[in-house]
Amino acid sequence: MSKNPYLGLYIIMAVLLVLPFVLPNSFYVDLAIRMAINAVIVLGLNLLIGFAGQISLGHAGFLGFGAYATAVLPTHFGWHPLLAMAAGAVAAGALAAIVARPIFKLKGHYLAMATLGLGIIINIVVRTEAQWTGGPDGMPVPAMSLAGFEISGDKHWYWLVALVLSVSVWASLNMINSPFGRALRALHGSEVASKVVGVDVVRYKVAIFVLSAMFASFMGSITAHYVGFVTPNLADFFHSIELVTMVVIGGMASVYGSVVGAVLLTALPQALTSFEGWETVAFGAILMLSMIFMPKGLVPTLSARFGRGD
Amino acid sequence: MLAEFLQFLFSGITVGAIYALAALGFTLIYNASNVINFAQGEFIMLGGMLAVYFSQAGLPLPVALVLAILVPAIVGVVLEKLAIEPVKGAEPVTLIIITIGASLVIRGLIQVWLGKNTFSLPAFSGDVPLQILGATLMPQSLWVLGITAIVVVALWYFFNRTLHGKAMLATSFNRVAAELVGINTNWVLFLSFAMSAALGALGGILVTPLTLTSYDVGIMLGLKGFVAAVVGGLGNGLGAVLGGLLVGILEAMGAGYISSAYKDAMPFVLILLILFFMPRGLFGGKSTDRV
Repeated sequence: MSKNPYLGLYIIMAVLLVLPFVLPNSFYVDLAIRMAINAVIVLGLNLLIGFAGQISLGHAGFLGFGAYATAVLPTHFGWHPLLAMAAGAVAAGALAAIVARPIFKLKGHYLAMATLGLGIIINIVVRTEAQWTGGPDGMPVPAMSLAGFEISGDKHWYWLVALVLSVSVWASLNMINSPFGRALRALHGSEVASKVVGVDVVRYKVAIFVLSAMFASFMGSITAHYVGFVTPNLADFFHSIELVTMVVIGGMASVYGSVVGAVLLTALPQALTSFEGWETVAFGAILMLSMIFMPKGLVPTLSARFGRGD
Repeated sequence: MLAEFLQFLFSGITVGAIYALAALGFTLIYNASNVINFAQGEFIMLGGMLAVYFSQAGLPLPVALVLAILVPAIVGVVLEKLAIEPVKGAEPVTLIIITIGASLVIRGLIQVWLGKNTFSLPAFSGDVPLQILGATLMPQSLWVLGITAIVVVALWYFFNRTLHGKAMLATSFNRVAAELVGINTNWVLFLSFAMSAALGALGGILVTPLTLTSYDVGIMLGLKGFVAAVVGGLGNGLGAVLGGLLVGILEAMGAGYISSAYKDAMPFVLILLILFFMPRGLFGGKSTDRV
């Protein structure tokens, strides 16, 4: 542990405060918003991968769950957007719990397989049930208003997302140092040892998986409202991979690593557009190289090199 | 009724054989290194695409096919040497990401080189379908089934009757013990990547005359091969073959009798059910942990 674990949080908040005044145009504001949204999703996913040592290869499915709850429920059933958002998160959490409970009793790659399957099934469902979801073309999302105040435009969204990100980072930092977080870290260290000292391994793993699924669903709803449109691509396998990659590149079990990973990989496709057609190759090569030479991820590697803990 | 059922069964077994080859590839690499190779699907794609490329370049079909197996095998070996061996013993997440990265590189390179079009390969022995009890069977299906059967028998012979095969089996049981008795486990790793890539490529070649191919077919084929491997109990060779056939048949039956729109979802529903109720796969053994 470093001297002050909140130092990074202050830096993030300072950057978030300054950014809107230095970004040259709305293209960059949009990019910043998407970075922040991804950062929150990755924070949730990193709790699962970094602390419970389990991979979800279908996290985009949960994202899609929230996004489509936000699009479908208000459009077809007249639900209030906030209610739809909550319903999506609760349903995603319930789904995660149902799937996780039997699987966490097993060791190995089985959660990866189960989440992979779940994500693909969700994606196929939204692509197929066109009368509800618009099929492969997607569907528009009604605007969100809070107490008569409509959230629209880059500025509103920027501040909303910045707030969500700051709170998420703060909450994650606190959680890691809570008894719950310590149990999770023990779990990743040695499952048997934590069982011996009385940690209910399965219950903790299920809890963290449910939490990260709800995080993802919630941010899926936010994304849907922000973009104003949802397509099945939001929930596809490739997006799940992107999210896992953000976790791993930034650094597993590192809160700040999650933010750094999300920022870098959200910017990457923009940086690669000049490579015309080579984006996939470059993306894959970066994944491989960073895992071969920096398997712990960027933030833990750098902070170890400069002699301070994360 | 019967004709319809047979029709679904034929197409299920044919595509199931391809999943079986892919699942065998997953199994070989998993046994040698505990790596789940997410680039396996790209070897299937490479086989089909390269067969098309070499045969359109004017090479006689048998030469084109041999090259289309050899080149992916070399790619597999290069992947192992450059990306897997240097990080031996890394966390499973790290290894999974590396193979996912490799799959993106392979797919991206083929997309840049050969484009996004869909290609086809002529069937090996004509397109005149056989009539069996009212159902039709393409001659290419017989090629798929026959060659898969030969491969399975050859693999059985390799693992049970040859020194290299037994060395690979020994490594999968216990790497350290295998090293102690003088087995070169790096060679085993090398061999298993070459063999899985070749198996995947073979499947890709065989199925191309029936289903066409393009730069992105590897994703779904690979994932379904993975499902087949898990259904069979990850690491179990015979299980992988049966798992492949089962996934293929179930998919075809589901598409025929339930909903063709949900055809691609069937294998994944199956895997969730199996993980819930028979978590070691249908043919997997019991496992114990050492503390």
